[in-house]
Amino acid sequence: MRIELVKRPERSKLFAALSPLIALGLTLIAGAIMFSLLGKDPVEALYYYFIDPLREVWSLHELAVKAAPLILIAVGLSICYLSNNWNIGAEGQFVIGAITGSILPVMFPDFQSWIVLPLMLLMGIAGGAAYGAIPAYLKVRFNTNEILTSLMLVYVAQLFLDWMVRGPWRNPAGMNFPETRTFSPSAVLPEIWSASGRANWGFVFAIVAAIALWFMLSRTLKGFEVLVLGQSPRAGRFAGFSQSKMVFFAFLVSGGLAGLAGISEVSGAIGQLRPTISPGYGFAAIIVAFLGRLNPLGIIAAGLVLALSYLGGEAAQISIGVSDKVVRAFQGMLLFFVLACDTLILYRIRFVGASAAKTVEATQNV
Amino acid sequence: MDTTPLANGRNLLEVRGLTKIFGTLKACDQIDLTIAKGEIHALLGENGAGKSTLVKMLFGSLEPNAGQIHWNGQLARITSPGVAKKLGIGMVFQHFSLFEALTAAENIALSLADDTPIGTIAAKARALSYSYGLPLDPDSLVGDLSVGERQRIEIIRCLLQTPDLIILDEPTSVLTPQEADRLFETLERLRSEGKSILYISHRLDEVRRLCDSATIMRHGKVVGHCNPRLETPSSLARMMVGTEVKNAERTTASVRGEELLSICGMSRKPAGPFSTPLKNIWLSVAGGEVIGIAGVAGNGQGELFEAVSGEALQESADAIRIRGKSAGRMGISARRLLGAAFVPEERLGHGAAPRMRLSDNLLLSRHATDGKAFVAGLGLIKSGAIQKAAQRIIDVMDVRKSAPDPEAAALSGGNLQKFIIGRELDRNPAVMVVNQPTWGVDAGAAARIRQALIELARNGSAVLVISQDLDELFEISDSIAVMHNGELSKPIPIADATLERIGLLMGGAEPGHLDHAKEVA
Repeated sequence: MRIELVKRPERSKLFAALSPLIALGLTLIAGAIMFSLLGKDPVEALYYYFIDPLREVWSLHELAVKAAPLILIAVGLSICYLSNNWNIGAEGQFVIGAITGSILPVMFPDFQSWIVLPLMLLMGIAGGAAYGAIPAYLKVRFNTNEILTSLMLVYVAQLFLDWMVRGPWRNPAGMNFPETRTFSPSAVLPEIWSASGRANWGFVFAIVAAIALWFMLSRTLKGFEVLVLGQSPRAGRFAGFSQSKMVFFAFLVSGGLAGLAGISEVSGAIGQLRPTISPGYGFAAIIVAFLGRLNPLGIIAAGLVLALSYLGGEAAQISIGVSDKVVRAFQGMLLFFVLACDTLILYRIRFVGASAAKTVEATQNV
Repeated sequence: MDTTPLANGRNLLEVRGLTKIFGTLKACDQIDLTIAKGEIHALLGENGAGKSTLVKMLFGSLEPNAGQIHWNGQLARITSPGVAKKLGIGMVFQHFSLFEALTAAENIALSLADDTPIGTIAAKARALSYSYGLPLDPDSLVGDLSVGERQRIEIIRCLLQTPDLIILDEPTSVLTPQEADRLFETLERLRSEGKSILYISHRLDEVRRLCDSATIMRHGKVVGHCNPRLETPSSLARMMVGTEVKNAERTTASVRGEELLSICGMSRKPAGPFSTPLKNIWLSVAGGEVIGIAGVAGNGQGELFEAVSGEALQESADAIRIRGKSAGRMGISARRLLGAAFVPEERLGHGAAPRMRLSDNLLLSRHATDGKAFVAGLGLIKSGAIQKAAQRIIDVMDVRKSAPDPEAAALSGGNLQKFIIGRELDRNPAVMVVNQPTWGVDAGAAARIRQALIELARNGSAVLVISQDLDELFEISDSIAVMHNGELSKPIPIADATLERIGLLMGGAEPGHLDHAKEVA
């Protein structure tokens, strides 16, 4: 017996909707197997991982804190991936956005006004977008592979941040710790509802960005251009759309949103620059983008799921003592299963018995 | 090599009830086919009738869902092209599978399974090619050869394996009339040597001239066997299409209107290692006339279309003028705004985005020209207006579809082409440039499209049609120019154009067109 993939006549709407759910289910099963191999009770582990963090209001706030950067970055990436631009460097754009956004509170701590925060956010967006423009320029001008260039620029950005906080921007009153001075209150992104938890306005930015990009993609000519150039570049050229302008557009939008996520995270959740400001949001957002089917509204849901995997990882570390590397394992499995299940949208599975290969009788049941 | 005694007299191949199903489509439904030894058997049918599927099953590249194949009277299971070759079945594909960067001999060596030295193969190929009247230099690079010469490589490659049955898929679609004649002589010689040939075509004249018997397919079924010599072209066409096919009616051109499209000394460097450079092209198309551009595939027609449409820009703005305005440096949208419309050769992926709905594909080429009607402020798409316009085009062009607004890829080739042509006609363009308007389109839809192009011209527009189908060009054009090796001949008025004259030009008989250039300048 062998298994065959048979191409469907058209995309299956049913499996387009089901595939992320099947992927989640398979991830949970694989996760349970992983926990039992680690010698833990799989039911208890999955409970601490996926249910426990949702039981209290303060931890729902934590969920929003973690989900905000994931959603912001992922909706930007969805524009890239839909237009066939493979930006893998959102992590770097996030870091650079955080650095440029922090120029005011770090270098001019005495400048305190209501305008500081908006300026920081704008500078964060500009920094991320400018950093995203580098692989875009290299792709358009020299036809380089943007997967490689954007990925390599991540490490450049991370090492630059490391050098900044240990060198020029180190807090003079910080006992030589590698971190900048803490931001003044006017440079801190306020909490949405501080009475009940820590969630800040970054989450609102994320929801607004997702809705705005959803609207652009589904209702406007620009969104149409993104989709046409992504699906069939030659038809896009025939339509009169410019491929190179689209490369810049996609990288500027996703870089800008990653930069906004970076400065929001630093200004809202951390309050200063440190050598490490992200637990891999820029990479996890790639999973979020695909889990959300590259649809900005789906990405909101997917962002919350991935945020839960971070929270659950922390919870499981504390309560049942598994390594924090388990988080990465879960995220990796999830991306693997999402991409694998997407096959079901275009193909159906057929089991072929050994005898059926003979050219005897037609037994088609389509 | 199968040398079992013959159970069944002189039949080489017998096919019984062969069926192939793709998804819900029965591409081949209970096909019966018998080929005798030493006959040329025609397989006739329109595009999409299931000819290629049937042949792929005979050659082992597709596995049938049901049915039997008897070879020399014995039940055979052809599971791969390798098995087919061993049995003695050879095939010459419509789309060649040759490496352009290798020589002819190297290409032949690749398909032979053994380790024969390349020199031996070249010598054999040369001897064979001359003995069959298909002269070929085995040491020449495929990239430098014409399409007709490439086909010779495929045929020689096939003959080197001494097959008993040779399958030829639309062999003349890429040949000039003269090259086709030479091919027919070769095939007749092969027949006289006792080889059988399965000849796939939708060209009725050829089939009547060459073939001893014919099997006619329609919609995946065999609808008749006949002796084509006893039939008329129209009776064969009726069997193929199922209904009477009308030729487009062409009234004589009215007075030549003012010049709407002119190409003045346009040259273009090759975009890639194997694309054709355009050399000093002059052409003027006036309102009210249809000018056809003939030529064997790959002689620069695609490059010319890209240059005229503005997908590729010219160095000088004056190289192309549309309605008197220099458009050489304008992109495709700007040229459309001047009143030009374009239909490329490739439907899926160039003229239309396969995974997008028809209404989206309407917006694809019309977002600039119909900006006010289709796009509101802030780039907001007016989907209501677009759907209405799409419906209008669907009604006018009689586009048949399964869903209200299906994806372009879900339509048959002919219906999608009707939509793409209708999308441009709906604008009433002053200049219409079409590349291969009816390629792969069924006869009914083709007639509809040709008629629409003639009507557009008669209403005062300039129409430029690039096509490899000479019958089509003779049917609709007021004059025909020929492309060869990136050069364009002077247009020949239809009254003076004969198949022979056009054929000679297609073969490159009149290189350079200096007198023509002077005349236009």
